[in-house]
Amino acid sequence: MAKKESSFVNMVVTLFVVTAVAALALGGVYNVTKEPIAIAKRLKIERAIGEVLPEFDSIIETKILPEGGRDSLTFYKATNQGEVVGTAIRTYTDEGFSGRFWIMVGFVDGDVISGTSVLEHKETPGLGDKMEKKKSFNKKTGKSWSDQFNGKNPMDFTLKVTKDGGDVDAITAATISSRAFCDAAQRAYDELKKQGGE
Amino acid sequence: MNQVQNFTKGFIKDNPVFVLLLGLCPTLGVTTTAINGIGMGLATTFVLVMSNLVVSLIKNAVPDKVRIPAFIVIIASFVTIVELTMQAFTPALFEALGLFIPLIVVNCIVLGRAEAFASKNNIGSSIIDGLGMGLGFAFALGLLGAVREILGSGAIFDFKFIDGDGMLVFVLAPGAFIALGYLIAIMNKFKKA
Repeated sequence: MAKKESSFVNMVVTLFVVTAVAALALGGVYNVTKEPIAIAKRLKIERAIGEVLPEFDSIIETKILPEGGRDSLTFYKATNQGEVVGTAIRTYTDEGFSGRFWIMVGFVDGDVISGTSVLEHKETPGLGDKMEKKKSFNKKTGKSWSDQFNGKNPMDFTLKVTKDGGDVDAITAATISSRAFCDAAQRAYDELKKQGGE
Repeated sequence: MNQVQNFTKGFIKDNPVFVLLLGLCPTLGVTTTAINGIGMGLATTFVLVMSNLVVSLIKNAVPDKVRIPAFIVIIASFVTIVELTMQAFTPALFEALGLFIPLIVVNCIVLGRAEAFASKNNIGSSIIDGLGMGLGFAFALGLLGAVREILGSGAIFDFKFIDGDGMLVFVLAPGAFIALGYLIAIMNKFKKA
């Protein structure tokens, strides 16, 4: 078959056919993958809630836009056989070394931090990413950097790095990331207090 | 050129990373660990094979003046398919590669092979060319990732063999340049011998 001539009609028809076929193919793939993508996202959130809260069997989800905030926090109120076990809050900070990142903070007994988990971040590998549990896990002590928050009440545990007069030991060489992590946790705590401490 | 040469040229003689120096943006960006490098390489391989296949199929039906936009649409569609599929079935890998998957669209290797090879050769050779080039790319990224992971975090395939940190610079961007430079030097020596 000889090469088609670059006439106006030929070009328009070719591009139309190519884009139409591409659009159809993409629509098909989107439909097939829509469900698994939603499930994968859901699973990730549920795994994070499981990490920061004690056992639970159902969660109620609410979204709250904090005053002056750019994005909303998501509250996951967890109950086990009708009894409230705690609240996990999906919170964020814009103070990160590479912009915004999201963490999950769990609160039990009203306002005691039960655990934290990093959801997504772009912090420097090898430095700021030590806020992830598995990246800063120390075999000798069995603890990670973020474990220092567990069991603390932000009422008397100031969520600031020691350099700023707080109680949090910053990650070595990643003070900005540590500060941002505190900022995210503080945002969750403030909003929790506003909602009546439950 | 026979098909065996056509397939193997992507590994050493015309290796996209070490010899042609194409597609360096994902090369330097994602190779913090061996597994990320291989994952990125395989995703690119899939796009290369599929786009080479389609481009060689329609090469005569596309007028010359609009061939580049047509190729780009084809490549972008396959990249989006890869992106959606990874997001659905391998969320962990997708998270690690994240930003770089859409960038396969502008990876010079893919358009380069479509323009330089697939639009001039038959379907069979084009598929083999795509496969060879893609696997060569995956091999290079895997190798670079392994070097950076071993030196930077003292681990290989997430298995840690030293306590604490390695040489952090190798995990960061400057280390990528240093490691790539040495690998290219070794490759050149090896090719001349």
